Amino acid sequence: MTKVTMTVNGKEMSGDVEGRTLLSGFLRDDLGLTGTHIGCDTSQCGACVVHVNGVAVKSCAMFASEADGAEISTIEGQANADGSLNVIQQAFQDHHGLQCGFCTPGMVMSAAALLKENPKPTEQEVRDYLEGNICRCTGYHNIVKSIMAASGQDVGAIAAE
Amino acid sequence: MPKDSGIGASPKRREDIRFLTGVGNYTDDINRPGQAYMHVLRSDMAHARIKNIDTAAAMAMPGVIHIFTGDDFEAIGGIPCGWQVTDRFGEVMKEPKHPVLAHGKVRHVGDPICAIVAETLAEARDAAEAIELDLEELPAVINMADALESGSATVHDELGDNLCYDWGFVEENKEAVDEAIKNAAHVTTVELINNRLVPNPMEARVAIGEYDRAGDMSTLYTTSQNPHVIRLLMGAFVLGIPEHKLRVVAPDVGGGFGSKIYHYAEEALCTFAAKTLKRPVKWVSTRTEAFMSDAHARDHVTKIELALDADNNFTAVRTNTLANMGAYLSTFAPSIPTWLHGTLMAGNYKTPLVYVNVRAVFTNTVPVDAYRGAGRPEATYQLERVIDKAARELGVDPFELRRQNFVTEFPYQTPVAVEYDSGDFHRLVDKLEKSADFGGFAARRAESEKKGLLRGLGVNCFIEACGIAPSNLVGQLGARAGLYESATVRVNATGGIVVMTGSHSHGQGHETVFPQVISEMIGIDESMVEIVHGDTANTPMGMGTYGSRSIAVGGPAMVRATEKIINKAKKIAAHLMEASEADIELKDGAFSVAGTDKSVAWGDVTLAAYVPHNYPLEDIEPGLEETAFYDPANFTYPAGAYACEVEVDPDTGKVTIAKFTTADDFGNVVNPMIVEGQVHGGLTQGIGQALMENAAYDENGQLLSASYMDYAMPRAADVPNFTVDHTNGTPCTHNPLGVKGCGEAGAIGSTPTVVNAVLDAMYSGGHKVDHIDMPVSPSRVWAAMQKG
Repeated sequence: MTKVTMTVNGKEMSGDVEGRTLLSGFLRDDLGLTGTHIGCDTSQCGACVVHVNGVAVKSCAMFASEADGAEISTIEGQANADGSLNVIQQAFQDHHGLQCGFCTPGMVMSAAALLKENPKPTEQEVRDYLEGNICRCTGYHNIVKSIMAASGQDVGAIAAE
Repeated sequence: MPKDSGIGASPKRREDIRFLTGVGNYTDDINRPGQAYMHVLRSDMAHARIKNIDTAAAMAMPGVIHIFTGDDFEAIGGIPCGWQVTDRFGEVMKEPKHPVLAHGKVRHVGDPICAIVAETLAEARDAAEAIELDLEELPAVINMADALESGSATVHDELGDNLCYDWGFVEENKEAVDEAIKNAAHVTTVELINNRLVPNPMEARVAIGEYDRAGDMSTLYTTSQNPHVIRLLMGAFVLGIPEHKLRVVAPDVGGGFGSKIYHYAEEALCTFAAKTLKRPVKWVSTRTEAFMSDAHARDHVTKIELALDADNNFTAVRTNTLANMGAYLSTFAPSIPTWLHGTLMAGNYKTPLVYVNVRAVFTNTVPVDAYRGAGRPEATYQLERVIDKAARELGVDPFELRRQNFVTEFPYQTPVAVEYDSGDFHRLVDKLEKSADFGGFAARRAESEKKGLLRGLGVNCFIEACGIAPSNLVGQLGARAGLYESATVRVNATGGIVVMTGSHSHGQGHETVFPQVISEMIGIDESMVEIVHGDTANTPMGMGTYGSRSIAVGGPAMVRATEKIINKAKKIAAHLMEASEADIELKDGAFSVAGTDKSVAWGDVTLAAYVPHNYPLEDIEPGLEETAFYDPANFTYPAGAYACEVEVDPDTGKVTIAKFTTADDFGNVVNPMIVEGQVHGGLTQGIGQALMENAAYDENGQLLSASYMDYAMPRAADVPNFTVDHTNGTPCTHNPLGVKGCGEAGAIGSTPTVVNAVLDAMYSGGHKVDHIDMPVSPSRVWAAMQKG
């Protein structure tokens, strides 16, 4: 067992992990942060996306020990300080960008990473960026719309109802 | 003006708050004190005799608590099947035993053999490696046609062969259909494969069993669409636990699409292990296990013939289908290719004669059951493919050929048992022709051609039978359960309402939508209504959510219970205002006496019900809580017309969906935002089937597509923005909300639309390709264009 310490959503957290413990497992099982979801075993689905030192990472594709000393941000840390939904979360609610909610944490974390590097993405850029996030419920239509809206763009024009 | 509350409004979903902040409560998020972990050792062979299982070394591994094998379950029940089909000759289907853990033989890759319970999941997995299995491999039965050959190996030796049933519908019409086809002016034939799919909700299955010794009470937490069904099936038929000693909880569930209807072995294993070991036992499916153990879908091989007279009127439809059941009969499997498929073969058309033959076949593959649409996509796909082909052969416009044959008067008794209550198929096509801008297609095709791409336009019309289902009817058809729905409406003293529903939400938004209905009926704010679902301990016996039934069957149950509440509340209000009950009106959350200015608020009446100091105690009981069970009089019949434009790259065969437009008739719509979301998701699943999804087995029964690296799931860039419309529907005539259900339409209507578009594109490039099977992958499209 190795002791790891990381800053998770602004708080220092530590725990003893096996070498094979994945970051996703550490967050869920050791820290009880079950908002990060596990939807596959091959790092395809993206439900487990978190930010590690500001970069979007599939937390099932990284060992917990590799995150020792890192700054981790998860879905639980996304809301505004007063507890209200942040811009991206609010856009997902406003535009029905989620149904069962299982892929949603990963979608929101990926969207945040996208908008950080590309604040006004085109619709195609949003779709291409989501290559690593699978949703089975929404058909992506309203996820794309939510992310475009979160970027401050007029979504009426891109998504005819 | 759009409404901002009640029926027809699109309030934001209240459940989104917890899902967007990471505090949802999915089954894998639940951990019970002292819980142990279960790992299931599964067969890596498709078909083998179990000669010996030696668990001694594994039992000695660190942390191992117990290892269960098939012997532990020999004395108790197997996994039951909920539907019994009677064949063409009046015989009931063959129904093999479905053991909880394989016994005697393994029958598909993924068939569970041992359940290892250990202190940690890692220890359970490690111990599985130490189990010595002695399996004698047998020839695998994979291809359905081969499976029916005499001399084929048999999946279940005691059955003698691999035929589950040979079903004819309507058998009395067979000769007349044969005659009509013989005498037809034109017959169009299509032979096709409806490819096998894996439903793939993003949350894989999870089960946690728990046993309370003090109360002799078992609890199962499970990823289910219908916890009451699981309680009944597992309790009564597998483990022998009566319902009052068994609680089933299905908390937040991450999608289902049908695959979480069924009772699975792991649920019984965890419940049984918890009771045996006196500890909570948790099992979490990996995605690869999900591919090998969640019920698969579709997998039909079909020949359809459409007969037309000299004026292009449809005179008869005849189909022959082989339907794969897989290795065992999953909960509703026998009903899918029969009663959810044969009854839809009239489609939107007044074809007078229809005959459907289905032979259901056992193979050494994962069991097949309902998946979004369930039987209706298979019916629609073949019918709409053959109509398109007929239009091409006859040189007529595909929509005009459909229009000419549309059913136009309702109610309409089809020749395949069901009676459509309402619809307007012409109006759907009229709307679609405008919204999809058919007039501009030629210009768009020219633009695509400038880019070196072939552009095709595909169309499709469909009807489905939803709102499953009238119990007395499905009982005659072989259902072993009733298919009503239930609701308890509990009004609290201060006026707030809790609705306990037998429906289950796993993405559909019931917590938002159901309060809209109550709000509309009583005139109180939606925030005063809370929805409770997913726990047998605090909901009335209900059949859950599938078959687009929540608003169509669960909704009316809630309406009926609320009507009882309102009737009782009116009696109380009449007493309070010293008026006649007949004069009491309820509007905007207040009771008034007609023709007067007397009024009493909702909250005053509800308080009086619980503090009955001034109350008609001699006439009615205190309290304000009512339950209703609603059994529908008929199915509902949503219908639609869809159009798809594709671009095909002639050099690579790659298909791109350029435009997808829908016109749906869902009857009345409670929440347009949610309905549109349901359509988007269904369309994408149907497009996935058409373009990329395929559960592939090799000849030895190895599942080649058992992860997201091998099974192609639609990604965001694979689908376009959708233009969807559901306005001006024709209300359902037999339920109090006039609703029809919207969950499956997208998946039913989209596959033929896409494939028809791809064929049209290839034709436009001079490739006379009459047929291509799904998924229309680049390699298949390219190969077809080289030949045709």
